[in-house]
Amino acid sequence: MICVKLSSETDFEGWRKAARLLIQNQIKPCNVIWRVPSAPVSLLDSTYTDHTTLSSTTLSPKVPSAFPDIAHRVICHTDPERFARLYSLLFRLQTQPRLLSKHQDRDVIWLQNCDKAIRRDIHKMHAFVRFRKIGEGRYKREQFAAWFEPTHYITELGAPFFMRRFPNMDWAIVTPHRSALWDGRTLRFSEGGKQSDVPAYDAVEEQWKTYFKSIFNPARLKVQAMTSEMPKKYWHNLPEAELIPDLISSAKERERQMKETAVTSPNPLAAKLANRKQSDPS
Amino acid sequence: MSKKTLIDKLAILADAAKYDASCASSGTTKRDSLGGAGLGSTEGMGICHAYAPDGRCISLLKVLLTNFCIFDCRYCINRSSSNVERARFTPTELIKITLDFYKRNYIEGLFLSSGIIRSPDYTMEQLVEVARSLREDYGFRGYIHLKTIAEADSLLIEQAGLYADRLSVNIELPTQSGLKSFAPEKSEHTILKTMGEVKEKIDISKAEKKSRSKKRSNFVPDFAPAGQSTQMIIGADGSTDSDIIETSSRLYSGYKMRRVYYSAYSPIPDASRDLPPIAPPLVREHRLYQADWLYRFYDFEPAEILSSAQSGMLDLDIDPKLAWALKHREWFPMDVNRVSRKELLRIPGLGAIGADKVIRARRLTRLRLDDMAKLTQSLKKLLPFIETADWTPGHLTDAADLRQRFLPPPQQMALL
Repeated sequence: MICVKLSSETDFEGWRKAARLLIQNQIKPCNVIWRVPSAPVSLLDSTYTDHTTLSSTTLSPKVPSAFPDIAHRVICHTDPERFARLYSLLFRLQTQPRLLSKHQDRDVIWLQNCDKAIRRDIHKMHAFVRFRKIGEGRYKREQFAAWFEPTHYITELGAPFFMRRFPNMDWAIVTPHRSALWDGRTLRFSEGGKQSDVPAYDAVEEQWKTYFKSIFNPARLKVQAMTSEMPKKYWHNLPEAELIPDLISSAKERERQMKETAVTSPNPLAAKLANRKQSDPS
Repeated sequence: MSKKTLIDKLAILADAAKYDASCASSGTTKRDSLGGAGLGSTEGMGICHAYAPDGRCISLLKVLLTNFCIFDCRYCINRSSSNVERARFTPTELIKITLDFYKRNYIEGLFLSSGIIRSPDYTMEQLVEVARSLREDYGFRGYIHLKTIAEADSLLIEQAGLYADRLSVNIELPTQSGLKSFAPEKSEHTILKTMGEVKEKIDISKAEKKSRSKKRSNFVPDFAPAGQSTQMIIGADGSTDSDIIETSSRLYSGYKMRRVYYSAYSPIPDASRDLPPIAPPLVREHRLYQADWLYRFYDFEPAEILSSAQSGMLDLDIDPKLAWALKHREWFPMDVNRVSRKELLRIPGLGAIGADKVIRARRLTRLRLDDMAKLTQSLKKLLPFIETADWTPGHLTDAADLRQRFLPPPQQMALL
């Protein structure tokens, strides 16, 4: 058995280099063990050969142009089998170059599902990060921080979006496994943090909650349509979500009131305006 | 009366804006703020930052500048004869809320509309000023959707389009007679004229952009790069689905609308006595959106969609594509290993993504039923309509009770 020791949960470069070496040596996927630093040590470990002992050749593995980007994303999935399954796909691609078009293949379905999950998770990060203002720093730059809990290891993939959007504020996005920090010049990543690393409150959240409450139409209650796009697992980090139970439970009553409350007499302003229009046909 | 706080105004002016269905923030130019002094970006795909319990996406801060209005459109919460509480933002207040929300990542930008105060021109000037200030004074590069007041001067519309990503004029009701009886101050003629102007300006701007990119001359802002959209209220007047689909297909082809939104007429506080208090026809609205989809992306003609309608109304129990297929069984079964993409898109239960997967997969192998199960979402729905290497539906395609099989299960009876 060959063992590949990766440097982190998202070590794409480590995976790529090892996978090249393994392909060059024609090592079958079933003969490779992939290890991340957090993996428990096994009694059998001492019997494995480290992949760095393999010698490299000039042979270069061929893949469809879309594959490296997909693999880069899928490495960030939490599926513990992702390194092995990606290698197994790479191995099969050497003899079946059109494999990725085989949408009914089990490995391809797995790849597409993981990629979709990662893209969705990144998209939800872009949507659901909620910054709280810390204050102002040097040159009066505003400073913000957010706590976010992604489903997969996507902090590094998701953070550059915020740099393009908010280059003129300092911000930090803290997640359990990784933190992203922007100071106007460089986007840096460091280890994960805790919710208490970011402010617990921002005064503007009261305005935001007022908006959320007011834009909701109680006569169109569709709870499932909401939860399918904004699953409950995100709610505890969304300030507006605490309003949802009340908005749902009062909706029917509000709708009934709108329908049953007697119509008031028209605002006299309307008649006045109509008169004015008649006397001034311009 | 005590002075209204910013929060009071926000509550009133968001409440007043929620009957406009659009919240889209997609389809504009790609841009960001790196290297500049401002803030904001748009990357093509819209982002929904939250969802309300009505299932609607919250992407933009959707508010009115004011809900005072001199028009008396019967279906509208802000009509002059309504006794709803009124408020008005100053441009400065509104700009501050927009930027505060944006910096906290609550929104993609602003969707600004307004009741009509003093005159259509005055109102439009106010809207344009908010957009101008956001762009020029604050370097805001997020998304802006401006409601265009149809009666406003075309110079103002010209300016609006230079600051906004999207413009919209609401057609309001599907027929001219509906408009006449429920929105006496509005006219279809004026609305269509404005839509025509917006379309023309978008076309010119696009053509200029093409020639500019060849010459690499100076940057000129695009005119409403995310195009124009409109909205129709469903169920307030007596229009049929056929009226609605015909009007909206005319708007798509004649005015190049990006979207025609349907908004089921919904009970409002202090409704007009001219309109009955009804539950919003949400299923009808949903079927109309499905029909709209068939027309825009599946190559269906409006007449084909309406061929299964009864007295001008779509079937509420099944989706319009299935309804069409049941009416036109001579098209089926289709051999999924052979037919064109256009034909695949006619199969009930097979969408555009599924069709493309089928096309790629069948280049490598002759598809069997278990392949189809993996390639698509609902094999059961496909069965009567497809043939594969190992399946033919036989008499199933022509079975008299086929529609029954697709109906939602009857509600279980409760025990007394």
